[in-house]
Amino acid sequence: MTKAAPLAAVSGTAATVAAPILSIRQVSKRFGQRPVLHGISLDVASGEFLTILGESGSGKTTLLRLIAGFEDLDSGEIWMGAERLDRIPAHRRQVNTVFQSYALFPHLSVFDNVAYGLRAKNTAQAEIPERVTQALAMVQMGEFAQAAPAKLSGGQQQRVALARALVNRPRVLLLDEPLSALDANLRRQMQVELKSLQREVGITFIFVTHDQEEAMALSDRVALLRAGLLEQVAPPREIYGEPETAYAAQFIGQTNLLRAEVKEGIATAGPIVWRTFGASGKATYSLRPECIRLVTESAGLPFANADVSGGRFRGRVRSQAFGGAMDLLEIDCGGANTIRARIANPGILTGEREFEFAATDAIRVREGEPE
Amino acid sequence: MYSRAYKAGVTIPPLLWVTVFLLVPYAILFCYSFWSVSPAQVILHNWNLQNYFQLLRNPIYVQVLLRSIRIAASVTVFALLLGYPLAYYLSFHAAKRKDLLYQLVIIPLWASYLVRGYAWKTILGSDGVLNGFLQYLHITHKPVEFFLYSPFAVIITLTHIYTPFMLLPIYASLEHIPRNLVEASHDLGSSSWSTFRRVILPLSLPGVLAGATFAFVLTLGDFLAPLLVGGPSGIMISNVVVSLFGAAYNWPLGAAISFGMMLLVVTLLLITERLEKRLVIS
Repeated sequence: MTKAAPLAAVSGTAATVAAPILSIRQVSKRFGQRPVLHGISLDVASGEFLTILGESGSGKTTLLRLIAGFEDLDSGEIWMGAERLDRIPAHRRQVNTVFQSYALFPHLSVFDNVAYGLRAKNTAQAEIPERVTQALAMVQMGEFAQAAPAKLSGGQQQRVALARALVNRPRVLLLDEPLSALDANLRRQMQVELKSLQREVGITFIFVTHDQEEAMALSDRVALLRAGLLEQVAPPREIYGEPETAYAAQFIGQTNLLRAEVKEGIATAGPIVWRTFGASGKATYSLRPECIRLVTESAGLPFANADVSGGRFRGRVRSQAFGGAMDLLEIDCGGANTIRARIANPGILTGEREFEFAATDAIRVREGEPE
Repeated sequence: MYSRAYKAGVTIPPLLWVTVFLLVPYAILFCYSFWSVSPAQVILHNWNLQNYFQLLRNPIYVQVLLRSIRIAASVTVFALLLGYPLAYYLSFHAAKRKDLLYQLVIIPLWASYLVRGYAWKTILGSDGVLNGFLQYLHITHKPVEFFLYSPFAVIITLTHIYTPFMLLPIYASLEHIPRNLVEASHDLGSSSWSTFRRVILPLSLPGVLAGATFAFVLTLGDFLAPLLVGGPSGIMISNVVVSLFGAAYNWPLGAAISFGMMLLVVTLLLITERLEKRLVIS
């Protein structure tokens, strides 16, 4: 199989890419009176591992079902290359789905499950055994070909479901929370396997999950969906490092949201002060816990006069949870301000201490509904 | 752990019920089937197999039995042809109308069997609704006699009566099919028809088998429909049993026929049970 197309095609933070394999344009969907998707636009690059991440009810599964053809869209278009996908019935789309509950046919053996799609498309009879065997070998299920699906464990059923979809060589593979039914260890193992499988076959994966860690670990890009609107579409590092919105910052990883007043390049959020280049007025900043450092050579500076090239603040350590390499601290810095910090090997901290962070680590984010 | 009194309380009543109302009567009937009737109409307790020989040798009984099987098979096929599509529609496409349509299927079961039988008598009779309609349309010019008092009338009436018995288990088995299997089938490139043939039909076969068993066994033992609409040519095996226990006063022969029937039905049930076990995937 060929290697995945270079991901250089995926550029920047935008929801558009050059020569997308799949293009979702202004897609809206409502169920009865309830709107689920509000004019979503999203391009998927060929060979990409794209994750649609969102809470339950955000519309992520609906978006996947629209691509698969299990639902009709109310407005908008979905294109696959030069083909208008949303006007083609599900069974003629070059798209395959791995279902959340696997949806293996209980009356068919593992072999016949995997062969199902090939037979439906009238693949040459002679070709079927070889392709099925190959697909089962790819997911390490070769020895279970004659087993009934009911006799398999969850993880094994998952592999069969993957083989059943991949054997058809779809242009895009849709995965609807495929790992959510597995226990934590198996899940991590399957994540690794899924990722290497995707690299091996070079097929575009669109993966739906509500688990942000899973999204970060697997994806080339993450499309964060919130209440039927795209909050941010970006590679995981970017969405983590430079969240555009308060929601994105909070949903992906942990963060401190600082509601600050900006005046003449100085941001002030309660006792915390730092230099910023943002425009004056009220603004929200995201500060990741691991960006906060403990000031060891404490000079006991009063915070009002802090060196404002970075941020400094004093606070009492209210709780300290040992976390191996990093301890998680909750720092009470007066009023209602609690700051969470992750600090490497701080020892046991007591009483009031001083902390600092680089001004560039405080990321200005938008509040409120996505635009 | 359950107390002894509790165990006795839950086991003894059903055991008693089965013994008194099933086992003992069957045993008595079984004994009768080996006795005979004297010309003076006295039942003689002289144990022999004459009744069973007569059942197999007398062409009248064999003929009626074969007709009963034919009628039961026809009713089963017609009830399946009517019941399956309706069950399929109810389960997959009725959407909001589902509850209403389901009730419409159920309601006739609340009406008395006799009422439904008489209704068909009114419809099929020589001055009945069907004949009146055909003459009104000038399709026929005089009443068609063959509608009523024929095996045909028995088949129509019993198909009407037993179609819900066919439909309900099929509907239940269709409702049990996870909908994502249908989606998976479409996803893998199967059209609706091919999905029906390769996924829905095989998974609904246990329901079909249960429904067919109901329709066949209930029809085979039916005696009211032939009595109401069957006429002499529509007589079924149960009518023979009824007359043997009644006017003909030959209880021993009636008992022998009853046991022959029961043997047939039990064999059938055992076969379907084994088939069903093979179909149902645990």
